[in-house]
Amino acid sequence: MKWGVVTFPGSLDDRDALFALRDVLEQDAELLWHKDRDLRNADCVVLPGGFSYGDYLRCGAMARFSPVMESVVDFARRGGLVLGICNGFQILCEAHLLPGALTRNRSLSFICERIIVKVENSQTPFTCAADSGELLRLPIKHGEGRYVAPADELRRMEDRGQILLRYVDQNGEATDSANPNGSTHCIAGVANDTFNVFGLMPHPEHAVEPMLGGDDGIRIFRSIIQSLG
Amino acid sequence: MNVNPVALPGEPRVDLEQALAHGLSEQEFRLIERRLGRTPTFTELGVFSVMWSEHCSYKSSRRHLAKLPNKGPMVVSAAGENAGALDIGDGWLAVFKIESHNHPSFVEPYQGAATGVGGILRDIFAMGARPVASLNSLKFGSFANARTRYLLGGVVGGIGGYGNCVGVPTVGGEVMFDDAYNDNILVNAFCLGLARQGDLQSARAKGVGNPVLYVGSATGRDGIHGASLLASAEFDESSESKRPTVQVGDPFTQKLLIEACLEAIKTGAVVALQDMGAAGLTSSSAEMAARGKLGIELDLDRIPLREPNLTPYEMLLSESQERMLIVAEKGRERELIELFEKWDLQAVAVGQLTDDGHWRVSWRGHLVADIPVAALADEAPAYERPFAPPANPAPDCGAPPRHPAPAQALRCLMDSPNVGSKRWVYRQYDSIVQSNTVIEPGSDSAVLRIKGTRRALALAVDSNPRTCALDPYLGAIATTLEAARNLACAGARPIGITDCLNYGNPERPEVMWQFVRGVDGIRDAAQALDTPVVSGNVSFYNETRGRAIPPTPTIAMVGLLEDVECRRTQFFQRPGDVIVLLRTSIPALAASEYDALFGGGGRLNAIDLKKERALIEVLLTLAAQKLIGSAHDVADGGLAVALAECCFGPMGNLGAAVEVDVNGIDRPANLFGEGASSVILSVPPEAVAKVEQIVAGRGLEYRRIGTVLKEPWLRIDSDIQLEVAELRTIYEQALPRRIQGHG
Repeated sequence: MKWGVVTFPGSLDDRDALFALRDVLEQDAELLWHKDRDLRNADCVVLPGGFSYGDYLRCGAMARFSPVMESVVDFARRGGLVLGICNGFQILCEAHLLPGALTRNRSLSFICERIIVKVENSQTPFTCAADSGELLRLPIKHGEGRYVAPADELRRMEDRGQILLRYVDQNGEATDSANPNGSTHCIAGVANDTFNVFGLMPHPEHAVEPMLGGDDGIRIFRSIIQSLG
Repeated sequence: MNVNPVALPGEPRVDLEQALAHGLSEQEFRLIERRLGRTPTFTELGVFSVMWSEHCSYKSSRRHLAKLPNKGPMVVSAAGENAGALDIGDGWLAVFKIESHNHPSFVEPYQGAATGVGGILRDIFAMGARPVASLNSLKFGSFANARTRYLLGGVVGGIGGYGNCVGVPTVGGEVMFDDAYNDNILVNAFCLGLARQGDLQSARAKGVGNPVLYVGSATGRDGIHGASLLASAEFDESSESKRPTVQVGDPFTQKLLIEACLEAIKTGAVVALQDMGAAGLTSSSAEMAARGKLGIELDLDRIPLREPNLTPYEMLLSESQERMLIVAEKGRERELIELFEKWDLQAVAVGQLTDDGHWRVSWRGHLVADIPVAALADEAPAYERPFAPPANPAPDCGAPPRHPAPAQALRCLMDSPNVGSKRWVYRQYDSIVQSNTVIEPGSDSAVLRIKGTRRALALAVDSNPRTCALDPYLGAIATTLEAARNLACAGARPIGITDCLNYGNPERPEVMWQFVRGVDGIRDAAQALDTPVVSGNVSFYNETRGRAIPPTPTIAMVGLLEDVECRRTQFFQRPGDVIVLLRTSIPALAASEYDALFGGGGRLNAIDLKKERALIEVLLTLAAQKLIGSAHDVADGGLAVALAECCFGPMGNLGAAVEVDVNGIDRPANLFGEGASSVILSVPPEAVAKVEQIVAGRGLEYRRIGTVLKEPWLRIDSDIQLEVAELRTIYEQALPRRIQGHG
């Protein structure tokens, strides 16, 4: 399979995602430029973390209008796999490929730390290499990661199993103190209703080597590889 | 061309009074007149005032800085370029520098700190190095001062806001709170970059006729006289009105500039590159020309402007951020302009190099400045300012010491904002972007692996103003040694120093004396460690209403690990490991956090540089042979605090039982004293004999003081028995509870 990682102006973790895929997981991966519409036959497109266009407007609001996003939206509508990490998640919400929105952390400050998430649904292309209920230790680093969505939308998402990751404590409980940013229902990652688009605030690409604090992020990438294999 | 520059309509008249208002002295004004053979125009006066400011010219410090050792087998670049560069092997160069942004951060904390980070990053990528890590050293007033919370929040927010958005991890630093900084905070920002050998970019102009390109943000009115009036004068009641001299940062544009400049350097079409930092277009153009002993012509009509109708004076002195000046290879301008366009950045040819050694500026068909380049750079005044120790050393007027029970003293120390966890601060910084951070903030040093090699770099930044206040020479030595120990505890050999020298008004002999003694101390320590000082920065005039800050030389040091697997953190690893104390002398309460809380001060101990070097070498040998589980430098709060910190593992608490009482050492000093260059090691039992062999005969005090416990309790002698969880809660809450206003 082939991976494409988009570089928007202001993307920061694009090189890290590329490094994780290419150098650690030995995948065929390349960077896609925001001004190009060509996805270069990628089987999975990654929208990386960062501050696209400085995020001076709402996070992701500008990137959504990049030429490359027209192709990404098309690709997603045709069932292609799209993974949005952090700023990528924000862009996917702005582009309406995912429901809901990401708002300012409840602490009103940027947070960089390792948290624990629980895999709530392992029957998806993004989580199939994990077990349902499995706990993953991943880093977060964001100022706007508080997930919100209308109540009825949330209910439908919960019913359909679109909540793939939830912030939990060491015992797997989604408690308020385990919720780093105040997300509704402790939501850390959601899929669309056809389960081919996934956005998450934690950074799996920063959790692929024990030396860098753990490798639980590999679960997410392996799932995608497995589902396309 | 023998035409003198013209005065522009409506420009103020240039006379002595005008020169004084620009911060120049009468003597300096006369020197300018003599050098030009005429009275400068208003524009030229502005240019001289910034180029001859303390901030740009180092006129009070140059002669003393020359004493610092800056040579060594690894040194590729030291004085004279934008930053220092060391060859660290495997084809990589480490490029680094530290710089102050004190006054802007006091006037406007968020933007002041943010643009401090932005400026130091530009110095690094101007060298052709990709910025890979930032550190910062921050000094605030006490929490009793109402402004402290505002300044802390603004500065931390600004550092995070800028650093996080440009994708350079902030991996460490230090934060201190003391009344002495109530009216003059310190914000020192460090950046490390990595360059491939052969990609190092010079800032030396070459090639008459080569075009000069302006790239990045447009020029506005912000930051005018930041270098001369804000950074090179004391604070007073009018400082608030200097807020417009603080620049505003745009990290998004900076991120594009980093990528575009690094790509441009790879093309080989860039001859010289420099940040338009302090004194903006003026200093970058004059300094590049001066290094190449060439002249330069600038056409101000081509400068991209944020608003119309800027005067030449404003354009030349603007400190608008995110701008770089490039000397390009003639004929390759188009290629570079297109490259910058790809990154949505403007690049404009604004001038060219000449052979006559003049800095010549035209605007709307007029010549507005014509000054010999040398007069702006190398020939700027250099002063041998008088220096003398204070006539009457401050009397020791402290209240008589009170010595709480040791357990209570330990609780109080853990709760001190100077000792307690700085997690509230570093949690707001992205410390992991770029995927290199193998030891994160919270240990003695941060460590970054270098991808594709076995190597790693360790980073530490330290300062010790209380020690420096007692003895500016010993304090500077102690600071340099502390940074080296922090690196060695992580397993890294110190390879280079960059210093940020923060002092009061150098026109006062006692302040100048503190500075001179500080430089002497850094020199002696650097020589003893064989570690060159490859870059740095001086910040004078850190005083308000005649009250100077304590002398605060900040030392940032870079260390090299040949093998990343030899890295160590400060945290105990395994129950059953033997706890060892290594030290070079006897701890004292002088200048300690304990003294600040309870009194008891006294005198500083002498420092034996031979023993200090031996301690570093021993630590490096132990790390290289993988004989130890952890190593922690004893710093603020002394031995008892350091033992507690060793127990606060990132994955959970461990405990320790130790006997540290020694005959002949005062009990509070032994538990809480500082300044003894002490290190706590944890050693697997089977390695103890080997460790003892390595330590023996080096003149160091070596004692097995106890054992790492699985049960999370800290037991020190018979009088401290505390649950580690309790101490950790106090330690973690020390800062948040004060910021939330309950302190």
